[in-house]
Amino acid sequence: MTEEKRFIYMDNAATTPTRKEVVDAMIPYMSDNFGNPSSLYSIAELSAEAVETARSQVASAIGALPKEIYFTSGGTEADNWAIKGVAFANRDKGNHIITSQVEHHAVLHTTEWLEKQGFEVTYLPVDSYGMVSPGDVRDAITDKTILITIMTANNEIGTIMPIAEIGKIAREKGVLFHTDAVQAAGHIPLDVNEMNIDMLSLSGHKFRGPKGTGALYIGKRVKIDPLMHGGAQERHRRAGTENVPGIVGLGKAIELSAAEMEEESGRISSLRDVLIQKLLEIPKSHLNGHPEIRLPNNVNVVFEYIEGESILLMLNRRGICASTGSACSSKSLDPSHVLMACGLPHETIHGSLRLTLGHDTTEDDIEYVVQNIREVVQKLRNMSPLTPPELRNS
Amino acid sequence: MYSDKVMDHFENPRNQGTIEDADGIGEVGNPQCGDIMKIYIKVRNDTIEDVKFQTFGCGAAIASSSMATEMIKGKTVKEAWDLSNKAVAEALEGLPPQKLHCSVLAEEAIHKAINDYRAKNGLETWEETGGHQEHHH
Repeated sequence: MTEEKRFIYMDNAATTPTRKEVVDAMIPYMSDNFGNPSSLYSIAELSAEAVETARSQVASAIGALPKEIYFTSGGTEADNWAIKGVAFANRDKGNHIITSQVEHHAVLHTTEWLEKQGFEVTYLPVDSYGMVSPGDVRDAITDKTILITIMTANNEIGTIMPIAEIGKIAREKGVLFHTDAVQAAGHIPLDVNEMNIDMLSLSGHKFRGPKGTGALYIGKRVKIDPLMHGGAQERHRRAGTENVPGIVGLGKAIELSAAEMEEESGRISSLRDVLIQKLLEIPKSHLNGHPEIRLPNNVNVVFEYIEGESILLMLNRRGICASTGSACSSKSLDPSHVLMACGLPHETIHGSLRLTLGHDTTEDDIEYVVQNIREVVQKLRNMSPLTPPELRNS
Repeated sequence: MYSDKVMDHFENPRNQGTIEDADGIGEVGNPQCGDIMKIYIKVRNDTIEDVKFQTFGCGAAIASSSMATEMIKGKTVKEAWDLSNKAVAEALEGLPPQKLHCSVLAEEAIHKAINDYRAKNGLETWEETGGHQEHHH
């Protein structure tokens, strides 16, 4: 074990640290400029203007108009609103929704709830890379289909979906298309018009903005009911006093991410490729997700014969924060539904490790992480009854 | 999530490995469930003279194996049989509720190893409880 005490954060798909420029932009709206944007005096106007600036910043990052952006409490609310809002507002047209088996729980638990309300949902399978087939989307559409919701990029394995193709099919068939872009926004280019997207969810804390902030893009042809009822905020579509500091932070974070995206994604994807290559040098390891069409920051690798939670615990002792799709991790005893949908056997899923790189990741970090993962994998393999003799060293 | 004791046994497992000429071997769990525990025992004069384990599983499973082997080493076969999963969990200063099955796994692996030893020596096997099969992932 390496004695040097370090802290390396490689769980940027879970959340990111809020960048300093963002915090600086937010602070005045928690102190001096604290007015409620709905009030009619000067400091309230400052708040209202700041919210509108953020709306423009978000719109600009995804090729939308400011009036098409609605602020939410995060990606989960945006997903819930898009799916439930469209389902209930369009019930007279049909009750069928199409999604995939690898969506985030914010989508899957929402569609499962809608099934209890009488909606029918098709859960499309994915290939071994976790990719949805546009042909499958086309085949699943019926005259009762009112919504297609397919994520832009998968949070566990990083696979980027053929969103533009799916959007084209949806538009041709006259079906609304929502995409959960929570993992993608701020990291890969998105244009709601070019990609024929009717609704897009994003979340501030995934691109170095504050937690508890998100947005839903709603295109002009979308008929949608509100999720939150109350005041007249967000043009009567999303009630509740605006989270002004959060919204300001979200706007600033996405503006900076969009401006730096090309350079930053290039740098991070180079580090990602080195990390993948070095981890795959460990015998009996495999990459999950698509080898090329994947998020710039996502690495998901399986190490046979060992279990993910054990890997995480040992890495944590070495100052490395990571994630796993193992059943034994954290609060859930269910193995990753994403890795299962990719066709991986249970025993393989148990040994998965997700490392998601971020702005602070350096070449040096990659070296340290690789060295420690080698040690941890060997230590756990020495302990496992499944490990073949040739892979043991004690 | 885990006590210092669990983390100590997880990072520095006691009695890890195999016994080539074991008198009894017990294996429980399966790879689908995410944990397998294998216990090897060496018995002399009705006493567990040596014990080793191999475990595929989470931190709690590894720590439970390590602690359980420590607790039965030097004990009579009957005393080892009577080691409860509760005693293992208590010795580890507690396990999270969803991880208690890991200590059950240790108890069962020891039972299987002892019955393997008894069967090989022409002794009647004792009745196993089989609690782990009741837990669901």
